[in-house]
Amino acid sequence: MPQYTQYQPKVYHPRMSAYWWLDHWHYLRYALRESSSFFVAYFAVLTLVQVAALSAGPDHYAAFQSCLRSPFMIILNAVALAFLLLHAVTWFNLVPRVMVRQITGRPLPDAIASIPNFFVWFGASFIVALFILGII
Amino acid sequence: MADTIIMEVARFHPEHDTEPSYASFEVPLRGDWMVLDALNYIKDQLDGSLAFRWSCRMGICGSCGMMVNNIPQLTCETLLVNYAPGPVRVGPLAHFPIVKDLVVDLEDFLAKLQKVKPWIVRKDDFKPEREFIQTPAQLDKFKQFSLCINCTLCYAACPVYGLDPNFLGPAAIALGHRYNLDSRDQAADDRHDVISQHEGIWDCTVVGECTTVCPKHVDPSLAIQQYKLTATADWFKSFLMPRGNK
Repeated sequence: MPQYTQYQPKVYHPRMSAYWWLDHWHYLRYALRESSSFFVAYFAVLTLVQVAALSAGPDHYAAFQSCLRSPFMIILNAVALAFLLLHAVTWFNLVPRVMVRQITGRPLPDAIASIPNFFVWFGASFIVALFILGII
Repeated sequence: MADTIIMEVARFHPEHDTEPSYASFEVPLRGDWMVLDALNYIKDQLDGSLAFRWSCRMGICGSCGMMVNNIPQLTCETLLVNYAPGPVRVGPLAHFPIVKDLVVDLEDFLAKLQKVKPWIVRKDDFKPEREFIQTPAQLDKFKQFSLCINCTLCYAACPVYGLDPNFLGPAAIALGHRYNLDSRDQAADDRHDVISQHEGIWDCTVVGECTTVCPKHVDPSLAIQQYKLTATADWFKSFLMPRGNK
């Protein structure tokens, strides 16, 4: 019985670059989507600080508002808002990935699962805007 | 349109090279040629030592997956003319060990595939006397996931697999899910132990590129997210009713 040497190729193991997320637009979009969570947390903290300032009295709240009017805070909040919108849109677009088959048992177009979320979002935002503007 | 196009093809000889490099070849640019046809032209006419896998030439066997301009593609259904005026760069599938030139070692994938038992398992003594009847609705539940041809483009597109080789991966999970959804199968519990571990579905961060590159529209990302929902529901059931299955 001949003895065979098991095939043991000398393979090359490629390593991923630390900048893999710059390789392709899809990966960059993913990285931006994931990093948007940081700005969601930032807005949550900002809202808590706002509530704390409001409960501390008019002087504190005026100081808080004055702080928000600084150029740095305006730029930061504009960037944060952009990431927050990205987070919301990408989140709703992921809904069809989990929901469609589970509810209907059959594949349906992605839009049927995602678009109602956008309607609820816009509707809720509209009502909040009316409230802030003092219309209701 | 030019008559030729430059192809930069990855070369790696395991006994001579320490890392892959790219060699340029000038090949005819024909409207009906796929990238695979150009590779075959190189092997037949320019350099017979070039190594790559291919078989059916019609997108069924899943052998000819390669990185074409850094995107995983089946080269038998990727038109060369789409990359004119060139150059077009062809490399081995990303994230897999390279054996030679464009040939990668798929042992890791095959071992993971076996773990999810991608076949029908019966645990009773059911001996059918005729075909197992399935309704169209029962077939629809898993049909999409059954179209996988094991080409592993999804692994090459998945940065999670690239960063964590322990990740079970898109195709293996999709195929495990396919058999879980099959009304003839009874091994969902066995697969659950493999698929619902951390290196299974929970490693996936929904990059979604597996779905984008899949040549058969299997949508492995959908399978993974569906299984996350199933696993979560099962966990809640076992938490609320610890003796429910006994």
